[in-house]
Amino acid sequence: MKPPAFAYHRPRSLADALDVLARLGAEAKVLAGGQSLVPLMSMRLAAPAALVDVNHVPGLDSVEVTADRVVVGALARHSRVEHDPEAYDAVPLLRRALLLVAHPTIRNRGTTVGSLVHGDPAAEMPAVLCLLDGFVTLRSASGSRDVPADAFFTGPMESDVRPGELAVSATFRRPPAGSRSSFLEVSRRHGDYAVCGVGAVVSDGTARVALIGVGAGPVLVPLDEPDDPDRVAAAVDAAIEPEDDIHATADYRRHLAQVLTRRALAEVS
Amino acid sequence: MTTVPVSFSVNGTPYDLHVEPRRLLSDALRHDLRLTGTHVGCEHGVCGACTVLVDGDPVRSCLLFAVTLDGAEITTVEGCCAPSGGMGPVQQAFHECHALQCGFCTPGFVTTVTAYLCDHRDPTRAEAREAVSGNLCRCTGYVNIVSAVQRAAELTAGLTAEDRS
Amino acid sequence: MTTRLFGERVPRVEDPRLVTGNGRFLDDLGHDALEAAFVRSPHAHARIVDIDVSEALDVEGLVAIYTYDDLDGRTGEALPLLIPHPTLTHGRTPHALARDEVNHVGEAVVMVVATSRYVAEDAAERVRVEYDFLPAVVGIEAARAAEELVHDDVPGNLAARMVQQTGDADAAVDAAPNLLELDLEIERSASMPLEGKGVLARWDPDDESLLVHTSTQTSTSVRQALAAKLGLPVDRVEVVTPDVGGGFGVKIVHPWPEEILVPWAAIRLGRPVKWTEDRREHFVSSAHERGQLHHVRVGYDDEGVLAGLSVRFWHDNGAYVPYGLIVPIITSTQLLGPYKPGVYRVEFDSLYTNTVLVTPYRGAGRPQGCYVMERVMDAIAAERGIDRTVVRERNFIRPEEMPYDHGLIFQDGRPLLYDSGDYPATLAKLKKLVGWDGFEAYREQARAEGRRVGIGLACYVEGTGVGPYEGGHIRVETDGTVVVSTGLTTQGQGHRTMLAQIVADELGVPFDRVRVTTGDTRRFKYAVGTFASRTAVMSGSAVALTARSVRDKALTIAAEALEVDVEDLEVVDGHVRVKGSPSSSIDLGAVAVLSNPLRYAFDEAAARATQFAAPADPEKPPVGPGEQPGLEGSDYYSPPRSTFANGMHAVVVETDPDTAEIRVLRYCVVHDCGTLVNPMLVEGQIHGGVAQGVGGALYERMEYAPDGQLLNASFMDFLMPYASEVPEVEIDHLVTPSPLNPLGVKGAGEAGVIPGAAAIASAIEDAEGLTITRMPISPSELFALRAAHRKETP
Repeated sequence: MKPPAFAYHRPRSLADALDVLARLGAEAKVLAGGQSLVPLMSMRLAAPAALVDVNHVPGLDSVEVTADRVVVGALARHSRVEHDPEAYDAVPLLRRALLLVAHPTIRNRGTTVGSLVHGDPAAEMPAVLCLLDGFVTLRSASGSRDVPADAFFTGPMESDVRPGELAVSATFRRPPAGSRSSFLEVSRRHGDYAVCGVGAVVSDGTARVALIGVGAGPVLVPLDEPDDPDRVAAAVDAAIEPEDDIHATADYRRHLAQVLTRRALAEVS
Repeated sequence: MTTVPVSFSVNGTPYDLHVEPRRLLSDALRHDLRLTGTHVGCEHGVCGACTVLVDGDPVRSCLLFAVTLDGAEITTVEGCCAPSGGMGPVQQAFHECHALQCGFCTPGFVTTVTAYLCDHRDPTRAEAREAVSGNLCRCTGYVNIVSAVQRAAELTAGLTAEDRS
Repeated sequence: MTTRLFGERVPRVEDPRLVTGNGRFLDDLGHDALEAAFVRSPHAHARIVDIDVSEALDVEGLVAIYTYDDLDGRTGEALPLLIPHPTLTHGRTPHALARDEVNHVGEAVVMVVATSRYVAEDAAERVRVEYDFLPAVVGIEAARAAEELVHDDVPGNLAARMVQQTGDADAAVDAAPNLLELDLEIERSASMPLEGKGVLARWDPDDESLLVHTSTQTSTSVRQALAAKLGLPVDRVEVVTPDVGGGFGVKIVHPWPEEILVPWAAIRLGRPVKWTEDRREHFVSSAHERGQLHHVRVGYDDEGVLAGLSVRFWHDNGAYVPYGLIVPIITSTQLLGPYKPGVYRVEFDSLYTNTVLVTPYRGAGRPQGCYVMERVMDAIAAERGIDRTVVRERNFIRPEEMPYDHGLIFQDGRPLLYDSGDYPATLAKLKKLVGWDGFEAYREQARAEGRRVGIGLACYVEGTGVGPYEGGHIRVETDGTVVVSTGLTTQGQGHRTMLAQIVADELGVPFDRVRVTTGDTRRFKYAVGTFASRTAVMSGSAVALTARSVRDKALTIAAEALEVDVEDLEVVDGHVRVKGSPSSSIDLGAVAVLSNPLRYAFDEAAARATQFAAPADPEKPPVGPGEQPGLEGSDYYSPPRSTFANGMHAVVVETDPDTAEIRVLRYCVVHDCGTLVNPMLVEGQIHGGVAQGVGGALYERMEYAPDGQLLNASFMDFLMPYASEVPEVEIDHLVTPSPLNPLGVKGAGEAGVIPGAAAIASAIEDAEGLTITRMPISPSELFALRAAHRKETP
């Protein structure tokens, strides 16, 4: 299990990074935390011709908290976000969900933005981005664009990052004052990807949940009447499309979606 | 074979290496620097046997390319020894508590626990269990490893007290 | 007086090296070696049409590529069937590299040797193998249906069918007042040591000798196998076991294809060659175990006492059977546990499938047997409305019935004859430890909190310390160091500590003067290996007997030097001294000098010792008849049959009424492995076994697709438990010494894992009020069982 050879680029500035990404186009992959990419390469399931290592690009590791948002830079490790007191005050859901992401050792290296770009349908952070109306900022040599969460996750293990682009940050909007949030999941072992997970945010009488492990990506379900259990159940049931895999049946996942939604809403109401 | 220069320190010793970009940090440590205490149990980041500290934080060395660590300070299990070269407090605790059998996973536990105890001086048993829950051990059933985390905290506290006096 | 070490919690001598990163495991050696990688079959069943290596030849750093056609001499023959049996009528074993057909995903087809593993994998990736697909036989149902065959010349996919019986069990079952029939299944898991296999071979062309390091559980047998396969004189081959990162059974198989191929390539290339198995290879090319399907018919009276037991089971042996029928034979005999079955009959089929071969994994067929018998006990208890512990108690073999002969033949070909054990006492201790009688109150309290809990138990008897023999060699050096070696190997059990405790006691020397070596054929040539919980029994007894003979020799020499009778001497703290007159003594190092008439004074000890030397008798040769120079000796221990340990586990589980998650709240163990050499080590073995038992009950399974692809060949998806999944373990010991060996010990290595699936199934059943017939069980499966149960009982 040794990775195949690749051309290595170690830009020392954002401009250099974008230049080399522009030059290499689809041949290149970005290396940030590498916690998903490296094992895929070691199993020779991925063989990018070139890696652009952005770990030495200054300025990308910030976590900025403003009045209405938390902006997480491309190199901010999960653990950095998790332990940021201001980010926790602004958006408690970030830490709550990050604690469910693998194990601390992985969070020490893996990046939050990287997890979004990777787009695993059972991953927590894509659901959080959806719940908080967030977006991902993509830079390229020719410009910049913000892609909202609902457009960013394009399929299992797929996201809307084009050749030549670098996801420089993710922006999570701060929910209104008085909002409450929760994230619950069932996983086979502590730290594994979720069999099913549910994040919930309630503010000003409106509620929304985002479910993971039950669709091609995070499944966002706005709940107009969060206090009506039957309508909540129906809305969740209609939105998800769980499948069988070796760890659980689709039926069980469908059941968990209901149980966890109920529990998450109970916690925040 | 194209190689790339990279400089980092391991256990306080600076190294300037030329490695192939794809060389995993685990292999660079083990086979280029002959620091074979870091073990490779799965090479996909799940077992934790290869855990080393990068700038003080535990990370999986099998999930890192050595080239990306330019400028980093790396600590391996060999760097967790006492200044005299004997067992450091975490290692001593693992010995006292019979927290290892084959010893293959142990280096990853030692580095993980060493870092953990920097911020957690007096963990409860549940916290100690949580602290090691990202590392696989096939021999011990973890019971004595959990005890060793608590014992290591005691030994570390004792050493700190000695330093102060 | 020297402190007696036998029975003490002596900290391990192995640890200081291992905790500081100074262990030497296989891949820590041979930095100068070429490295091997293998092209393995991606298909479960196929004929090899063509192998094209041309693209691989361009890879820079490639040294050699080998296919079956390159194998010469006996290396091209099928690998040995290690343990034949008369009922194993259709034994099939693989070739080191596939000849014309592959029979499981992962079977080695092409060997690549290169300057590094990276390069070897680059080249392996470029080898093109053309296959003709054949239908895959996956799972016991498909194997016994036999619509397709794994091996063309094995009808019915049937490797063996074996029957043992003590009478007409089915007649006894039919005549009994009550009858139950159960179908019970247990799925595949694997040993899964954290270090995979690995081989490093160095050929010295000038000396014409081969030195092989391999991560094995039996170095002596690998040596014999290598000499035979490579056509070398045995005395030109040495095999050394470095530190081994866990075995749990999988490394007892030998020779693995790579154990032949790597030395073979090293000889051909004249350069050291190394192969370090990676995790993905380990999943698909090492061994698995556990998969069995059982049908039970049991007859019993109204008190729940067995009248007859008839068991038919089907064992999935995978694609090949190099290790014979050991696993199903153990299931068929050890299933009986601590019980008298009435009339017993067991029949099993060992079936081929296009999956990874099956050889012993810790417990080796016992977990399945225990699971079957304990499910039967629970079923009888439920059917008769009797407490589960009471049903068991009523069927126990009583202590006064020991030794107890079941009238069957065990895995070692000897009678299944229990030597000792007090099962009612073990159960009484367990009930107390777990609080069996107070559980209903706890259940009610939990129910009031909206929680669902259950309690379960399981009992087992484990034949341990199978023969035929192990040996020991002890030499006292002139500086007083005691050098001990035994041929069997070590994978983390703390053998060096345990054996040093025994030797220190027997010889009367300080513990820190004893140095133990295991698994190095340069030091000890005759050994069997480390499996079947046999080291304390076999090598422990062997080194004890050896130490006694060396002590006798030391006393004889010292008696002459001190001019006293042997009977007046004792050995204390490394000194032979006159009883009652401690000042009159001679240290063992000096005795070692005296034992050798050649006394060049290389060191002070030798110079000093000459003062004790008696004047030479000019009429006698310096080494008399029957004497040997040196203070050393060898001895062997060979038991008449296995010694039988036992234990009982109780488990408290909580099941989530909504999510069906299953959590083990308490895990209690009462264990009787005879006398304990080092209780700390024994408890460590139990802890580890319990974790594997929990893994096997709730998390671990090999998930094969119908086409024979292993779907979870990674630690991401093969769910070995972390600390977060494993409970604390509460242990109590009972000590019933074995009458069979000089130490009174029984084996302890495998015990912890045996009743895991059985006890946890019992507890989940108790919590849920539904029947569990298939293990392991996941939350998703429990959810499905609940749904089915609701349908059946509206």
